[in-house]
Amino acid sequence: MQKAVLGAAVVVTKFLRIYILLTLALIPCVSVAAVLPADRADVLYHSYEGGGISITGPAVLVRKSIGDSVSLSAKNYIDTISSASIDVEMIVGASTYEEERVENSFSIDLLNEKTIMSLGYTNSVENDFTADTFAFGISQDMFGDLTTISMGYAHGENIVGKTGDASFQETSKSDSFKIGVSQVITKNMLMALSVDTITDEGFLNNPYRKTRYIDPGDSTSFILEDEIYPGTRTSNAYALRTKYFLPYRAALHAEYRIFKDSWGIDGSNIEVGYTHPVGENWIFDIHYRTYSQTKADFYNDLFPFSNSQNFIGRDKELSTYTNNTLGFGASYEFIKNESGNGAIDKASINFKFDHIVFNYTDFRDATQTSFDAGTEPLYTFDANVMQLFLSVWF
Amino acid sequence: MSYKIIFSFLLLVLINGCSLDPWVKPYERANLADPIMSFSPDPLSQGYIHHVYQAREGARGAEGGSGGGCGCN
Repeated sequence: MQKAVLGAAVVVTKFLRIYILLTLALIPCVSVAAVLPADRADVLYHSYEGGGISITGPAVLVRKSIGDSVSLSAKNYIDTISSASIDVEMIVGASTYEEERVENSFSIDLLNEKTIMSLGYTNSVENDFTADTFAFGISQDMFGDLTTISMGYAHGENIVGKTGDASFQETSKSDSFKIGVSQVITKNMLMALSVDTITDEGFLNNPYRKTRYIDPGDSTSFILEDEIYPGTRTSNAYALRTKYFLPYRAALHAEYRIFKDSWGIDGSNIEVGYTHPVGENWIFDIHYRTYSQTKADFYNDLFPFSNSQNFIGRDKELSTYTNNTLGFGASYEFIKNESGNGAIDKASINFKFDHIVFNYTDFRDATQTSFDAGTEPLYTFDANVMQLFLSVWF
Repeated sequence: MSYKIIFSFLLLVLINGCSLDPWVKPYERANLADPIMSFSPDPLSQGYIHHVYQAREGARGAEGGSGGGCGCN
């Protein structure tokens, strides 16, 4: 455990040093002005259906500049959750629980010549989980605006509760360090590199989920017991993205991301997509994404006996699995005011749909009681993700 | 050792980089400025889909630009 904490501290120190070096190196390159994000408002309805879970709700984001150097943004996001997932079913039987999550966030962006500094605060509240996150970021255009370097730090404080157990209260905290470089490669090609280190400390379990072990009195059956997670986690993620403008007006995009954490999970995803405008008003998008990961060191679908390891977990998100997404989007711009004289510059209505298939390699469907413990079919499920949103630029 | 390499790299950047003549001139960036070339054209939508994956995958971080004070506009 001490080793893990020490490892996290070393990684954090390394990042801080690199930050300072980069910051010092960039200061002398400041010259002309960068641009704040455009003023816009988005109203979105989202829906996720899959694996016995339904999550729907609205989200609103408004961004507005004050003068030439300040931009404010506010976001409200709501998840209305109805769940009879395999995790719920295994523990409490075939019943559904309902809950709501409300997230509010505010941020301010300050522009000074080629530097944009951002401060943000996010609060997320559920009946059994409260999270507060503070974020700071800085980005800098340089080298004739061919390169943008950004860095960010965020600190989160979480309070974990448990419905039906008023005495249960645990805490956790997280720190995130990010570096990003986006680069103009040619007049038709952009690339971006992102590096993100996150450290967590505290109660990192889901308090409801259970592991299972072979019933010592009947080896065809199993008994449930509480999960025990390590108290720290450190992860590193690296992503490379590119966009390419084709000889006609259309664009290709690709992403490759790798992930590694101190729990033994190695993950990666690849995404490719194609964006194709039609006429003046329509933009269509199609994309494919594939993700895979290896299991955490302390994950097991079925443990041999009670408390057989220091740490035990059976979250399917800690198991070995893949998922594949095929998605498309359509955007219709119904107001285009290029003169800029009216109150609205442009407005669009947008629809996006993603179909995701999850296939687990070592997580079995333990709700299928007609099978002996450990011989149940491997779990698999499909999910449909839909977004409908209105965007207005003003 | 690695810090010496990083420092040397940054020193080179400082000496040469700031006087760099951009190989893509401002008047050649029409295609790059097209909205279809944005890494983050719809921040609210992008933030939502990242949340969908974060909740169902072990991996996290380096999801890319989403604004909202993350320093990655």
